[in-house]
This record gives sequence, structure tokens and C-alpha cells, in this order.
Amino acid sequence: MTTTASSTTPAVEVHDLRKAFGSVQALDGLDLTVETGQVAGFLGPNGAGKSTAIRVLLGLLRSDSGSARLLGGDPWRDAVALHRRLAYVPGDVSLWPNLTGGEAIDYLARLRGKPDKRRKAELLERFELDPTKKARTYSKGNRQKVALVAAFVSQVDLLVLDEPTSGLDPLMEAVFTEHVREAKAAGTSVLLSSHILSEVEKVCDTVTIIRGGRAVESGTLDDLRHLTRSAVTAVVDGDPSPIAAMAGVHDLATTSNGAGTRVTFDVDNSEMGRVLPAISALGVHSFTAQPPSLEELFMRHYGDELAADGVPTSGDGADGAGKHAASSRAGAQ
Amino acid sequence: MSAVTAAPPLASAPAARGGTTLTGTWSLVRFILRRDRVRLLVWSLAIPALYLASLGEYTAMADDPEGMQARAALVQTPAMVSMTGPGYGTDDYTVGAAVSNELVLWMVLALAVMSILQVVRHTRAEEESSRSELVRAAAVGRHAPVVAALVVVLLVNVVVAALSSAVLVGAGLEAVDSVAMSLGVAMSAMTFGAIALVASQVTEHSRGATGLSMAALGAAFTLRTIGDMQEQHGSWVSWLSPIAWAQQMRAYVDLRWWPAALGAVVIVVLLFVASTLASRRDFGAGLVPDRPGRADALPSLRTPAALVWLQQRMALLWTALGLAFMWFATGTIVNQVGAMTESLANNPVYASVLGSGEVTKAFVGIIVLYAALGAAAYGIVAALRAKTEEDAGRAEYALATPVSRARWLGANLGVTSAGTVVVLVTGVLALAGGAAVAGTEDVTFGEVTEAGLLFLPALAVFVGLAAALFAWIPKATSLVWLLLEYTIVVALFADLFHLPDWARRISPFWWVPDPLTAGVDWVHVGGLCAVALVLFVLAFAGFRRRDVATK
Ligand SMILES: Nc1ncnc2c1ncn2[C@@H]1O[C@H](COP(=O)(O)OP(=O)(O)O)[C@@H](O)[C@H]1O
Ligand SMILES: [Mg+2]
Repeated sequence: MTTTASSTTPAVEVHDLRKAFGSVQALDGLDLTVETGQVAGFLGPNGAGKSTAIRVLLGLLRSDSGSARLLGGDPWRDAVALHRRLAYVPGDVSLWPNLTGGEAIDYLARLRGKPDKRRKAELLERFELDPTKKARTYSKGNRQKVALVAAFVSQVDLLVLDEPTSGLDPLMEAVFTEHVREAKAAGTSVLLSSHILSEVEKVCDTVTIIRGGRAVESGTLDDLRHLTRSAVTAVVDGDPSPIAAMAGVHDLATTSNGAGTRVTFDVDNSEMGRVLPAISALGVHSFTAQPPSLEELFMRHYGDELAADGVPTSGDGADGAGKHAASSRAGAQ
Repeated sequence: MSAVTAAPPLASAPAARGGTTLTGTWSLVRFILRRDRVRLLVWSLAIPALYLASLGEYTAMADDPEGMQARAALVQTPAMVSMTGPGYGTDDYTVGAAVSNELVLWMVLALAVMSILQVVRHTRAEEESSRSELVRAAAVGRHAPVVAALVVVLLVNVVVAALSSAVLVGAGLEAVDSVAMSLGVAMSAMTFGAIALVASQVTEHSRGATGLSMAALGAAFTLRTIGDMQEQHGSWVSWLSPIAWAQQMRAYVDLRWWPAALGAVVIVVLLFVASTLASRRDFGAGLVPDRPGRADALPSLRTPAALVWLQQRMALLWTALGLAFMWFATGTIVNQVGAMTESLANNPVYASVLGSGEVTKAFVGIIVLYAALGAAAYGIVAALRAKTEEDAGRAEYALATPVSRARWLGANLGVTSAGTVVVLVTGVLALAGGAAVAGTEDVTFGEVTEAGLLFLPALAVFVGLAAALFAWIPKATSLVWLLLEYTIVVALFADLFHLPDWARRISPFWWVPDPLTAGVDWVHVGGLCAVALVLFVLAFAGFRRRDVATK
């Protein structure tokens, strides 16, 4: 890596960033940091401002106020120099219709100045992409694959990926995850935006959750888990009902179960230390505790809104939810 | 769900029921009318307004019978025949005869352009942008988008015909002839709408479809020019042109309806062809299936300019070839100018004004002007592709690579400018070549070429204006077409409308010297260069500082 300053300064450093499109406040005091060499998740529903933030970082949009630094440089002034050291996968990839996928990949790699034929072949195979088709015949997923191959083919200091897997099937998502890990191992910093929680959970060291153009939560996955609950299932000898009264315990339910009593409940992780001795005092036959998925974290931030809109919370359904969320927010301001 | 946000008016329409391929046509028609209300309103009012303005001039002229006969003589000169009609009623040139002989051509051209753009915009372009994929997936039958586009074009043409008839009758012209002529104009224009529909099936890109249809329009223009120059009232060559069908109705002179029927028949045939072609291809695809392309880019594809060139070269090739062919054909009739002049020589009006050599030069001058207008249109289309790139999100993608704003815009404008020069130069050389082949002695190859090249600075002004608008007011980029339309009006109608000098000076072409009939004023040439330079500088300065539009 051509890292000089970047080993000390963060790869991305955004502070109090604001950007309005007319009356829509797309970014409303955003803070975001990606440490060098880390994979940072950038999570939020559609319309939260993820793409806007990324475009400011790429020098495509000019922010209204606040500061943004990228690889130690100014995203607007030093755009060309910075772009040599990064690769970008847009959220909605549109390619030059009369170029083939292979040609588009070569063109983009050559602009960055480090084409590598062998690596391109390898990536094409891994992503199962036919490079001889004209771009206009590619599906959304295939266009995304072209952009991903074009991004992974160059050795760069920073990958900026805007919802890169929204058109990929689960098999390809796994391939993608693998390459992000590989890039991280090679020292590349990654900013990965998504509204799909599982994808962020798989690869990210840190997560920033954004809503209404503002970070509402940020930290390592572990940090964020402190904010939520674990789901506990245990089979015990004694009567578990006193546990229901303990602070931090929710939704306790019991069923009798041959050998003893089966009990399930949620517990705030911060209270786990006090709940555990109480359970073991009851004589434990079996015990499982599930860590919260980001899905649950997400539900805590957006649950009310999603429920109010009556929209399913995962996959493409969130598309509509995001639009609703964006408009209701704009209306509230 | 997405379609709901993309097209609100559709969502509320009860189109989802029923199962025919035309389901939802009316809601689409309403949707198009709503979306295009401004542009359609402008078209619908501009044409009747043009009639109104011209009628004022003709009526004033008619007060002086000698003036009217002088005009009749003038419109039979070769240069004027190319921009008017077959010359019916020139023996007794009434206001009606003048309207029918001189205006029909331009009304057909304008409405044909409207029809072509409107059809392509709502069929091929819509498919290309995948917006209509959403519409189709939503609640709309398979043929509904095409039928809706045609219905709107028909509607606008009918409204224009009705308003125009009202204006003409209001000015005291015969009602039957007025209605017949207006309907004839609408029919000819619709023919080009139908041609555009066929072109949309054959090509894969809206630009290709527009280009092909405009080429057909250009060919129709050339055919009727050649035919009308070969014989008074047109030879059989004229009849190959749908434009001539409206002119040959002889409105206000000796009205006949059947030429309009030609248009109707041809339209039906074209619609049949289009629907047959459409059923043979996949949605979004052209008729010619895609072959596998290169897995690796050629070594030359490594700069933004190389990419722009790759995207524009086919359009350039076909435009340059098509126009060159057209101008060459026109060049070969230059020697007939002399003959025409002789047959008119006993008319005192020009015997006193012009000699044979001057008449030929005036004619060539007009054709050079047409060639320059063609090149200007190409330059604008090519310049506007930067906007297409941005709207499609490809500018965003390209500018996230180590390509500066200046380099990206420079690549677009460089290739565009070079292409514009090529179109002009090949066109003018073809014209000069055609004239030389025909053996004319009234103008030399060099004179024609010089007259053509002098248009280059003015063309740079058009490209520069498109670029400056793109950089500063991207939404208004296509306003550059207004300048071209205005330039056409000034070039062809300035005298008829008695435009004051200051109004003529707005046209970049007004400043272009004509070495065929006058000297070369290098100050004007320099002035045009300066304006173009300023516009280019503005473009680069503006594009550096603005947000890149994103999808
Ligand atoms: N070019 C634009 N013009 C107007 N509004 C925009 C533009 N780009 C984004 N927005 C608005 O800004 C908000 C944030 O959008 P975006 O950054 O695309 O969100 P995300 O990427 O998180 O889905 C949305 O409300 C969106 O409608
Ligand atoms: Mg986005």
C-alpha cells in the first residue's frame, strides 16, 4: 500500500456535515469515521442520506457546511489525486451501453492506472460474470458485478461501496463478503453502506447508523450490542417466576418440560451479570443465549416507523419504507 | 411500489383490471399530456402564431398588386424554390396562394420534428431509461405506451390544424382550403411520426431512432427541392416526398384532396410495419440481436476522450454520410439554376436585379446555409450527450475515477466539436463536389468551400452555448435548441417579417460573412470566435464548481 499519512489519520473523517437539496435536508450534521484498515458499515434506510454522504466524500457534491476529510485530503479540492487511491461502486450502477462488461472494467481500471489482467480473470470467474455482453443487456445484479470487479481489480487504499449487494443473490453476496475480507487483509479501508443488516454484520468492524442525515448510533458491533438485549432459553429445576421481576428482564414465559421448567426471556445485556447467578441458583439443565442481530438493533431505531407504515422490514420491502421515512421526516422539519 | 412513486397519475387510474394489450392507454395519454404540457402547449400555439404573423405580412403585401407579383417572381428563383414550394398560383399570386406555396413546407417541417421527437421520447427513449419497464410492470397493456404516444401526437396535430384553420379563416381565406391545407400539413407531419415509430423498432437507442427519422425528413426535403427545381409544379421526384403531398393539394389555387390520402395510406402501412417489427423483438432490444463483444478493451480505450469517441462515432459516421449525400445531390442540380433563370429571364423583375451567375451564387449560398444548420443541429445533439451521461449517472461514475471535471467536459466538448467540424466540412465539400460534377461555371469549388468554412465560428457558438447552459443551468440545457430555431427563422424569414436589425443580430449566423455575394468581414468572424471562446470558458468554470447531478 502507498500509505504514508493514512496510517495515522483515519481513512474517512466527517464532522457535522450538512447538505440540503432545496427544502430536503439530506445531511443534517453527520459524523462518520472510518479508521485506516477497518471495514466500516454505514447503515440506514433508503433516504437516510448514505449516498449523499458518499457523494460528498467523492467530491461530486459540495457540502453546505461541516468538514470532510478523505485519506488525509480534501474531497473537493484533491478529488483527482484521491480518486487514484480509491475505488467506488455506485448504488445504482449505470454503464456505457455500447461497451461490454469486460471493456468497462478495463476502462475503469486503466483510469486508476493499475490494470491487472490475471486478477480480472480471477474476479470474473468468482463473480460468474460474462464479460463479453454489452452493458445494456446486463441485469441490475450483473451491472453491480461489473462495478464490483472493476473496484476489486485495482489495489487501492479505500473502497467506497454504496449498497453493493442490493442486486446480488445470496451466493454472490458470499463471494462479495469474501472479497471485502480479502481487501481488509491487504490493508484496504472499506466504507460499506447498506440497508441490509446481515451484510454489515458479516464484515464490518464498526457500524454507523444514520437516520435523517444524522448518525444516531455508532461504534463497534460489540459497543452497539450493549444497547440491546440477548434472548435466553433455559431449562431449570426451580420456579423461575421471581426472575420476571428483576430489572432488565422482559417477556418471560415458562412451559413445563418433563425434566423441569423451560423458560424464555429477553434480558438487557447490561443486566446479564445479575441475572445469570439467579438462574444458576435454580439448577440449570440447559442454557442458550442468542446475541442480538443487527436486525434487532435496526428495529429499535426504526421499528416504530416501519410498523406504522405496515411495511416488512427486510429485503426490498424496505425500499418503500425508506421513501416513506424520508418524506415524513422532511415534513416534520 | 416503485412505479407508484415514479408515476403518480398512473397509480390512481383503474387500469390494472382488464387484460387487453391496450389497458391503461388513456391514463398514459393523460400522463404524457401532463408531463409534456408546457412543450405541447408551445408547439400548439407557435404554429398558429406563425400563420398569424405571416398573414399580416402577406395581407399588407397584397394591397400592392405589383408587390405581390414581384414576390411571385422572387419565389420562383432557384434559391427560393428550395425554401418554398412547387409554385402553384404564381400567375395570380393571392394571399392564399402565397400562404400555401411558401408556408406549408415550414409548417410540415416544424410539426414533423415535433412528431418525431414526441414519438421517440415516449417509445424508445422511455424503454431505454427503463422507466417504461416500471410502467409496463404496473398496470398497462403491452401496446398501450406506443398507442398512447401516437394518440398524443395525433391530438397535438389535430389541435394545431384546428387552430391554424381558425386563424386562416379569420384572416378571410376560403374555409374549405384552409381546413384542407391544415389537415394536409397534419397528415404529412404524422407520416414522420409513423416513420419515427418504425425507426424506434429498428434501432436500440433513442438517438438512433431520432437520427434515422431526421434523415428521412432531410431526404424528403431534398427530394422535393430537386423535384420542384426540375419542373415548375414539381416533377415525379417531388412526389416521393411526404412534404410535397401537403403542398400538392394546391390549397387556395385549385384544391385537390387526394394527395392527403397518400399520406393516410402510407401512415397505415408504416404502423403495420412498426407493429410487425415490434412483435419480433424483445422489450428494450433492437431488431438486430446483440452479438458477444470484446472481453477486453482495446488498448486505445484508456482516456475519457477515447470513450466519448467510441460512443459518438457511429452517429457521426451516419450523420456525415447522410448529409454529404444530400448536399452532393443538391450540388448536382446547381447547373439547372442557370436554365431556370433563362426561362424566367423575360420576367423584368430579376432581369433587372440579378444575372445568371448571381442567381446561382445565391442558390449555393442558401444550400451552404442549410449545410451549416445541419452541422449546428449535429453539434447540439452531440453536446447534449454530456447531459445524457450525467442524467444516466455515468458522469457520477466517471468522475469518481481520477478524471477531473475539466478533463471529462473537455473530452465531451472536444469530440463534439471535432464531429461538428467533420459534418460541416464533408457537407460543404460534397456540395462543392456535386456542383463541380454537374459542371457549373458560376461558382468554383474554392468559393463554395470558403463560404462553408466561414460558418465554423458560428457553430462553435452553438456548441459553446450548449456547454455553458449545461454547466450553469443543467435543467435548461436544451434551451440551446431555441437559439437554433431562432437562427432558422432569421435566416429564412427575416425579410418577410421585417425583423429589425437588432433582432437579426441575435442569430449567430447573421454574423457569418457570405463571400459568394459579398465580401468577408473578418471583424465579424473574430467576434463570433470571441463569443464562442467566452462560452467555452464559462462552461469549464461552471462545471468545476457545481454539484454533479445524481439519479
Ligand atoms: N439530487 C437530489 N436532489 C434532491 N433531493 C435529493 C437528491 N439526492 C438525494 N436527495 C434526497 O436526499 C435524501 C437522502 O438521499 P440519499 O442520500 O440518496 O439516501 P440513501 O442513499 O441513504 O438512500 C433523500 O430524501 C433524497 O430524496
Ligand atoms: Mg442510496
